[in-house]
Amino acid sequence: MSQVNHAARNARYAAVFAGLVAALVVLTVWNINTGSEHIPVVDIVRIILFREGDATQLGIVWKLRLPRIIASALLGGGLALSGFLMQTFFGNPIAGPFVLGISSGSKLFVALTMIAALRFVSFVSSWMMVAAAFVGALIAMGFVLLAARSIRQMSMLLVAGIMISYICSAVTEFLITFAKDSDIVNLHSWSQGSFSGTKWDDVRFFAILILVCFAVVFCLSKPIGAYQMGEAYAQSMGVNVKRFRVLLILMSSLIAGCVTAFAGPISFVGIAVPHLIKMLLKTAKPILVIPASFLGGGVFCLFCDLIARTAFAPTELSISTVTALFGAPVVIAMLVRRHGGRA
Amino acid sequence: MNEYYFRTEDLSVGYNGNTLIHDIEIRVRAGEILTLIGPNGSGKSTILKSITRHLAAIRGDSFIADASVKGMSYKELSRKLAVVLTERIKGELLTCWDVVATGRYPYTNTLGLLSPADREIVRAALEKVHAQELADRDFTAISDGQRQRILLARAICQEPEIIVLDEPTSFLDIRHKLELLSILRTMAKEKGITVIMSLHEIDFAQKISDKIMCVHGDRIEHFGTPDEIFRPEIINPLYGIADGSYNITFGSVEMPRPAGAPRVFVISACGSGVDTFRRLQKEGVPFCAGILYENDVDCQVARSLAAEVVTETPFMPIGDAAFDRALALMKTCNTVICTGVPIGQTNRRMADLIAQAKALGLLRDGAAEG
Repeated sequence: MSQVNHAARNARYAAVFAGLVAALVVLTVWNINTGSEHIPVVDIVRIILFREGDATQLGIVWKLRLPRIIASALLGGGLALSGFLMQTFFGNPIAGPFVLGISSGSKLFVALTMIAALRFVSFVSSWMMVAAAFVGALIAMGFVLLAARSIRQMSMLLVAGIMISYICSAVTEFLITFAKDSDIVNLHSWSQGSFSGTKWDDVRFFAILILVCFAVVFCLSKPIGAYQMGEAYAQSMGVNVKRFRVLLILMSSLIAGCVTAFAGPISFVGIAVPHLIKMLLKTAKPILVIPASFLGGGVFCLFCDLIARTAFAPTELSISTVTALFGAPVVIAMLVRRHGGRA
Repeated sequence: MNEYYFRTEDLSVGYNGNTLIHDIEIRVRAGEILTLIGPNGSGKSTILKSITRHLAAIRGDSFIADASVKGMSYKELSRKLAVVLTERIKGELLTCWDVVATGRYPYTNTLGLLSPADREIVRAALEKVHAQELADRDFTAISDGQRQRILLARAICQEPEIIVLDEPTSFLDIRHKLELLSILRTMAKEKGITVIMSLHEIDFAQKISDKIMCVHGDRIEHFGTPDEIFRPEIINPLYGIADGSYNITFGSVEMPRPAGAPRVFVISACGSGVDTFRRLQKEGVPFCAGILYENDVDCQVARSLAAEVVTETPFMPIGDAAFDRALALMKTCNTVICTGVPIGQTNRRMADLIAQAKALGLLRDGAAEG
């Protein structure tokens, strides 16, 4: 590779990462700053760094806005990561936890667990939710994989995923409608996808889980890079393909399940973000795409959550409404471009 | 150590537990090129996939330098064996450099970062396949020939002791076929890298290989050196082609000869008749040729294409038997074409033959006709 090109590439990578970090900071501040209560930037710094200032504002920032921001950033990053892993696994750029029905599978199991838990043990812990979501994600993934076995065509696989998603959503709605418990009313907003109402206990739980998952996935950059070349080549490079495939499934389901457990199903982040990141970086090298997608997913969800909160305040939009609004056109553009390129 | 660098023992291959080909015994020395030939669907790829462990062998095992391939981890195997496969690489947004660099995978650290030494190896591999200028190009935006060279560079980068290639020359034009095969030949001879591949072009297989394996039906029909294998009695049944179409000397194949009673008699020598023979074949005109010395190029081609060839022992004067046979055949034809024959001491009677043709009013001048 020529030196000039090499330098230009590195400059591009650095610019993308710098841009993402800057966007993350700006959006964080903006998110704290806007809402029913407007808090000036100077006060924000004081509130966050020294925990001092107006008591109401202190409460709003620390109890409401900050956990929600961390949730948006980390869970959004997780979604992008999970999407990237599924795209790698299926060798298809429009695979993702939402379209394949993985999120809906998680949603169904979380709803079931919540209803059962509230009836019999009267409390729901974070780990129960995540465990249920993980199991739901794996079961949905199992169905998708079964479909993938008999259906060779990728487009049909997505149709199968969407059907699974509809079935799970229908069952979930059914459960919610007939569960009379007042606590379950919350289930409705959650089942539409939302970052609101995140508690610090949850934040601690998913922050550890998501960050550990991110670290694991980042360490998988090398085999993922090999896998992008196709299974046969990956194996010839020394990757134990069978074990690696299982690992991909487990990691992507765990992350997708975790996100769903805390924020409900969120559409299109998993597809749109990795795609945008690849376009920006102009490379598909996992060692760059993985951290950039993680950051990008956070930025994207912070941005969408800001709109969800403020666009029609005091009414909140569901986060999926906003992510779909911005994510779906990206996916359509990607499809058009690919088919244009092939024809 | 066994004298063979790579061998298989009692290998049976197939899919889903069903044996397709059994009793595969490959024996190759280090630095040799083994080529698998055989008709489409005969299972060449299946054998190659079983050697590379992309397919589990149904019975038996392969050995690289006496080490069982089955017993190796994928990682160990990847440092010994590299592949060039027929399957398309999905790699999006990867430059050719990136693709070649994946060959360093078995040697890089946990994150797969390239050291300066790795970069140098990637650069050298690109140079070896004459593809330095492709380094920055997008892998999906290059031609088939270029892609195949990049994939070979990738395999070279892996610094293997043995390279397995599945039909590496398909989709390549003649120049790129030659180029690719010469690179393989050089690698095998200079670096002692063992090459196992499948080829459709039997002419190339004959010229490049040290060992040939004929795959046909449920077994290995033949295994041996090109001299042993490239004989009409082996090649014709292997591909199910008509007797005489395969020419052993040139390793080339002629179109099937026209059927029916000969209508044209061609008089030629020293290669002047080849074009005429092929033209007549294309037009579907059955013909005879003669009198040709057995070492004449014309004789080689005529034997594949002509209904009958009248021949004479090299460097001997033309005898009565040949002359009479030629004359008799000529009389059954309605045209005689003469493509030019240099008359010398031993073949003086050719002049008589031409004179006879003229006297019979059958002679047409092949050259004048163009």
